[in-house]
Amino acid sequence: MLSNIALYGAIETGLIYGLVAFGIYLSFRVLDFPDLTVDGSFPLGAAVAAILIIDGWNPWLATGCAVMAGMAAGAVTALLNVKLKILNLLASILTMIALYSVNLRIMGRPNVALLTEETVLTPWYDLDLAFHQVPVLLFTIVVFVALILLWRFMKSETGLAMRATGANARMARAQGIATGAMIVLGVAVSNGLVGLAGALFAQSQGAADVTMGVGVIVIGLASLIGGEAVVTPSTVVRALIACVVGAIIYRLAIAFALNADFLGLQAQDLNLITAVLVTLAIVLPGVRTSIANRLTRNKA
Amino acid sequence: MAKTTLRTLFAATLLALTTLVQAQEPRVVAITQIVEHPALDAVYQGIKDELAERGFKEGDNLEVMHESAQGNSAIASQIARKFVGESPDVIVAIATPSAQTVAAAARNTPVVFSAVTDPLGAKLVSNLDAPGANITGVSDMLPIDKHLDMLQRVMPDAKRIGTVYNPGEANAVSLVELLEERLAARGLELVKGAATKTSEVLGAARSLVGKADAIYLTTDNTVISAVEAVISVGERASIPVFAADTATVERGAVAALGFDYYDHGRQTGVMVARVLNGEQPGDMAVETMEKLDLFVNPAAAERMGISLSDEIIADAEQVIDSAK
Repeated sequence: MLSNIALYGAIETGLIYGLVAFGIYLSFRVLDFPDLTVDGSFPLGAAVAAILIIDGWNPWLATGCAVMAGMAAGAVTALLNVKLKILNLLASILTMIALYSVNLRIMGRPNVALLTEETVLTPWYDLDLAFHQVPVLLFTIVVFVALILLWRFMKSETGLAMRATGANARMARAQGIATGAMIVLGVAVSNGLVGLAGALFAQSQGAADVTMGVGVIVIGLASLIGGEAVVTPSTVVRALIACVVGAIIYRLAIAFALNADFLGLQAQDLNLITAVLVTLAIVLPGVRTSIANRLTRNKA
Repeated sequence: MAKTTLRTLFAATLLALTTLVQAQEPRVVAITQIVEHPALDAVYQGIKDELAERGFKEGDNLEVMHESAQGNSAIASQIARKFVGESPDVIVAIATPSAQTVAAAARNTPVVFSAVTDPLGAKLVSNLDAPGANITGVSDMLPIDKHLDMLQRVMPDAKRIGTVYNPGEANAVSLVELLEERLAARGLELVKGAATKTSEVLGAARSLVGKADAIYLTTDNTVISAVEAVISVGERASIPVFAADTATVERGAVAALGFDYYDHGRQTGVMVARVLNGEQPGDMAVETMEKLDLFVNPAAAERMGISLSDEIIADAEQVIDSAK
């Protein structure tokens, strides 16, 4: 079975990827903008935070800069789409590829270590908590604050305009909404959240690495879809909660997969297990509704 | 007298008991690697083979857990947590990213890293000779001192060593800085020629003519891509060219000391066995590659105006006798 450390580790990584799922919810669900920039903005956030921290900056300030950098990356993708009329998916791929070079430039080398540096986590280790519980506590607070802020934003006039843009861009334009600006803002905020996740991840795992963005989009999407399967996203709050729940479930599933020696599974099977889990998460809600439909029909 | 015998007997029984307990309870080694890759897989195999040779046989008195993160750092971090949570006897981390995640997660579990080029830069240890904490390992940094020993063995009179490097390649710059420092320690002088792209390598090599007695090349990607340019200058101006990788010897360098990653794994296995036998990682100095294979090219040496002694040729793992 799972050890305590593995369990808390899964929750910790899940919370960080919950932030990624927030970002993907904003782009894919709210704006209907398939954005792959996140594979680049995640290591971008990590790179900016890491390089500023080893330069002696306050870790929270460095993390804030990572958010700004992520937002800038998102804005570039959105502007490529809105102003230069490049297909949204392609625009995001272009930014993602460019960010690989940018990240290498920012770090000056492929890997920047933070193991002995002061991070946002350092002061929290003085608390009377086990070593592996500290990040979970701090990241729970961060995710909670982000969730509240996002929720308030989605209910604000701008937030409503953004949701209208994603739901029906022509109608939104007819109502006088500047849909282009909404897309830029939304994709920027989305990637700002992903940059935040990257910055926190680098600080909790002890290094920023140029390859750490690989597969972030897939994992984020899997978390989003999985969460929606468990928590029906009928309202914005429920959708945001679904993001966090989905990300944590995904990480727990991986932790169990790593422990699934009794099934004869091995390390190299992990990607297959991920694919099976994501497929199940996508298919199950449909199965559930069809069963529910059949039951109600029987009643009638 | 009787008392001493009794005490010896007691000690012997205790010793026998502990070995018995050790034999019954399998020791656990958890190995995490960032990605499946021929060099890293060879390290893994080398570790297991060395442990078996030192009496730790998998399935018998040794349990080996092995996970690969498949290039994904979030999974690497979860593997690290899983291993730390199961508190094995030793965690072995192959390659820098895996080693960093393990170092971030493990507070007390002994850790041995492998295939990490710069353990100081990666902040895995703060001191190579006495790491102090729970972590030590083997670095795959170029053993520049051993390379210079070899160079001086072939050319004891060389005083000025030339090198060609790309100032835009971070790895190459740090190697050249290290080279300069190690040369200075031997009272030798470094002469540098800079080439920012392959087309500039020839010019940079020519700039060394008359200033250098020998040329030593690090694993600079730009220079090695165009190494024939350096070798042609070496042949025309009779400046012997030495390399850091064995493949360059086949392309016409005089000699090189290289290693393969299976032997790197074997050396890591020795350290793992020492930890299993009760040594503290913090007391064990970080090692660089010990077993190096000497490749020599006598024909190339002749073209560059020197001859390799029979002794050196006899020591070589491989003698390349092709014209070029």
